[in-house]
Amino acid sequence: MAKAIGEILINIERCKGCELCILACPESTLALSKTINHKGYQYVVKVNDNCTGCGNCAIICPDAVITVYRKILKVPKPEMSNS
Amino acid sequence: MAHENLDVIVEDIVKPENLVYRRPSTLIDVDMHYCPGCGHSTVHKIFMEVVEEMGIQHDIIGVAPVGCSVFAYSYMDVDMHQAPHGRACAVATGIKRVLPDKYVFTYQGDGDLAAIGTNESLHAANRGENILTIFINNAVYGMTSGQMAPTTIEGMITTTSPYGRDVKSMGYPLKFAELIAPLPGVAYVTRQSVHTVPNVRKTKKALQRALEYQRLKLGFCLVEIVTNCPSNWKMNPVESNKFVQNTLLQFYPLGDIKVPEVRV
Repeated sequence: MAKAIGEILINIERCKGCELCILACPESTLALSKTINHKGYQYVVKVNDNCTGCGNCAIICPDAVITVYRKILKVPKPEMSNS
Repeated sequence: MAHENLDVIVEDIVKPENLVYRRPSTLIDVDMHYCPGCGHSTVHKIFMEVVEEMGIQHDIIGVAPVGCSVFAYSYMDVDMHQAPHGRACAVATGIKRVLPDKYVFTYQGDGDLAAIGTNESLHAANRGENILTIFINNAVYGMTSGQMAPTTIEGMITTTSPYGRDVKSMGYPLKFAELIAPLPGVAYVTRQSVHTVPNVRKTKKALQRALEYQRLKLGFCLVEIVTNCPSNWKMNPVESNKFVQNTLLQFYPLGDIKVPEVRV
């Protein structure tokens, strides 16, 4: 069984906090920060490790601030018991 | 729950071979002046992705309009020209006739294309000029603070129609895509939107197809993109995208309106 694991890099100084990526993320990985960037916007941060690297956040992002990486991992199958 | 047993560190994932998505290199690396959540930025981004993927950065010439997207030339790393208000299709006609081997596109909003430039756009379409027009329809005049545009839908509140657009006194909204579709010079007319991820993907495909049709010299191509205008609709970006889905798209249904009989 393969498992996709993703990582996103967010250019927080260019983020305008429109929240469209938060809505687009199927894994609820993104949320708005408590602090603001130099333009005065709350920016998007990654809040958990559920990211699968699907890229939805980057595709919907109007300002192209998100870079997405994805690695497919081979996970050994759990052993089946024959009993 | 996610990856507790996998023992993966970030450095293992962030490698060039694992790259899924990055900012297109054809989009100049500066902050865009658009409001948070604005559809203009999304369209700039996906169109520059198309240009990068087709490898035509040095073979494409754009014409910027007047409106919010007047600074398109500051963001798109391709040859650009600035046209007077509404005259982008006329300027693009000249460029295409002098340089017929280049791809030529205009990028216009609804105030530019469907109000002040209706005449130029309609006749460029009727002449069958081989240009691509990207028509951003957000149903208001964005740059001048949200006055009623020809494309404003019935009942919609704007600064110059504070009680909602009354079609008896203000006329009916203009569906420009349907208006030019029957003209014989027009090759491809489609209406798309960028308010959800699947729609962004479809819009990108439509833009790519339009450039392919231009390469085949089939005629005028119009890609209308229904977008949001959070600031002038007085909504936040998420609400404005819901308004696009629930209200605007009822009047402006998505889909291809005219497609040439050539497969690309």
